[in-house]
Amino acid sequence: MKKTISVTVNGVTHQNEIEPRLLLVQYIRDVLNLTGTHVGCETSLCGACTVMVDGQAVKSCTMLAAQADGSTVTTIEGLAQGGELHPVQNGFWEHHGLQCGYCTPGMIMAAAQILQRNPDPTDEEIRHGLEGNLCRCTGYQNIVQAVQCAAKKMKSKSVAR
Amino acid sequence: MIPASFDYIAAKSLDEAISLLAKHKDDAKVLAGGHSLLPAMKLRLMQPKVLIDLGRIRDLSYIKEDGGLIRIGAMTTHFQVEISDLLRRSCPLLPETASHLGDMQVRNKGTIGGSLAHSDPAADWPASILALDAELVATSAKGDRVIKATDFFVEMLTTSLQPGEILREIRIPSGKSKPAQAYVKVRHPASGFAVVGVAVNLSIDGGKCQSAAIGITGVSPKAYRASKVESALKGNALDAKTLSAACAHAAAAVDVNSDLYASAEYRKQLATVYTRRAIEIAAGRAK
Repeated sequence: MKKTISVTVNGVTHQNEIEPRLLLVQYIRDVLNLTGTHVGCETSLCGACTVMVDGQAVKSCTMLAAQADGSTVTTIEGLAQGGELHPVQNGFWEHHGLQCGYCTPGMIMAAAQILQRNPDPTDEEIRHGLEGNLCRCTGYQNIVQAVQCAAKKMKSKSVAR
Repeated sequence: MIPASFDYIAAKSLDEAISLLAKHKDDAKVLAGGHSLLPAMKLRLMQPKVLIDLGRIRDLSYIKEDGGLIRIGAMTTHFQVEISDLLRRSCPLLPETASHLGDMQVRNKGTIGGSLAHSDPAADWPASILALDAELVATSAKGDRVIKATDFFVEMLTTSLQPGEILREIRIPSGKSKPAQAYVKVRHPASGFAVVGVAVNLSIDGGKCQSAAIGITGVSPKAYRASKVESALKGNALDAKTLSAACAHAAAAVDVNSDLYASAEYRKQLATVYTRRAIEIAAGRAK
């Protein structure tokens, strides 16, 4: 039995008729054509599919689209505001926080959540927060630096305000 | 990986969920956070015809303390447990356990009730729930039934929840002002599950251990209380001699799991070493 869901993704509300078994990541990629969110391991280990659902970073391969009915979702495409990259995106750029880029969208969404909860994290806290995101290229060092860079940027911005 | 087809019903209240479960019986599964059930469904290890989602029932998500009891709603996420000031103050074992569980995203969505009802032999919660002498409240059309933690875990992936019952609350006796508790874990490097997880809840007075409750997960097909270790600690000062004699019993009288990552012999050794570490950490916190 199909089900109609209404989900607000990156500020736009979508209504779709879906099969209950449709995973949130498939809904985002195949129904909404937002392919920035990646499918990696499909077993909730690698974190490539991380998106925000109602402000919480979740693995969208381990959530049904039906569970997101009525929710607000932010994907990597919705992170930049007014044509300006999110500080975490900037950090990844400046510190070369990626090589192949496959893990990057999920890594950035998870990093954004870490900084939201803890604006001044230690390297160790960043690594603990990113435990659910696997990167097979960088060895994580540059990723941690990218998140630290974003933390500094976000702090100086909030001081300026 | 796509689950087999099913009907999805988002229950609006616990009463509605109970009547849906009574109607669909074994065809139905109850969906909490989905972080155990959905992976199993994607692998087609489980193929329920109906999913009853508890995710919209707001009043199943709470942490409160009253009448000497801490009450945790079954739909409380691991993250909510991890950051709860109330628990950090009166039962720090639970936030500590939560912080070791899965990863940030899993903790954001997975629930304590869902994990307990799934009863994975390598899950973290069972160790702590056992060490805290928790009670689990199951509810059905017949009303509430209170189950002691020691009676809850039956075997791998099996609890004493009966058909038609939904786990709705976890209750923990509160009290001690400075709890001597600790959870330590050998984390499987790939899955994040516990190869061995030890939860310790001690009461120490006058330099001696007055009571000890130790829950161990990951070691055998179901989490268990290390009762031989507990009795060897009780009434004694926690010195090196007592600890090494007591902890040798950490995996006594259980079938020890063996897999590609850890043989039974290695796991048993880990259980001994980590039980000792957990006791030492807990005792250090009582000072």
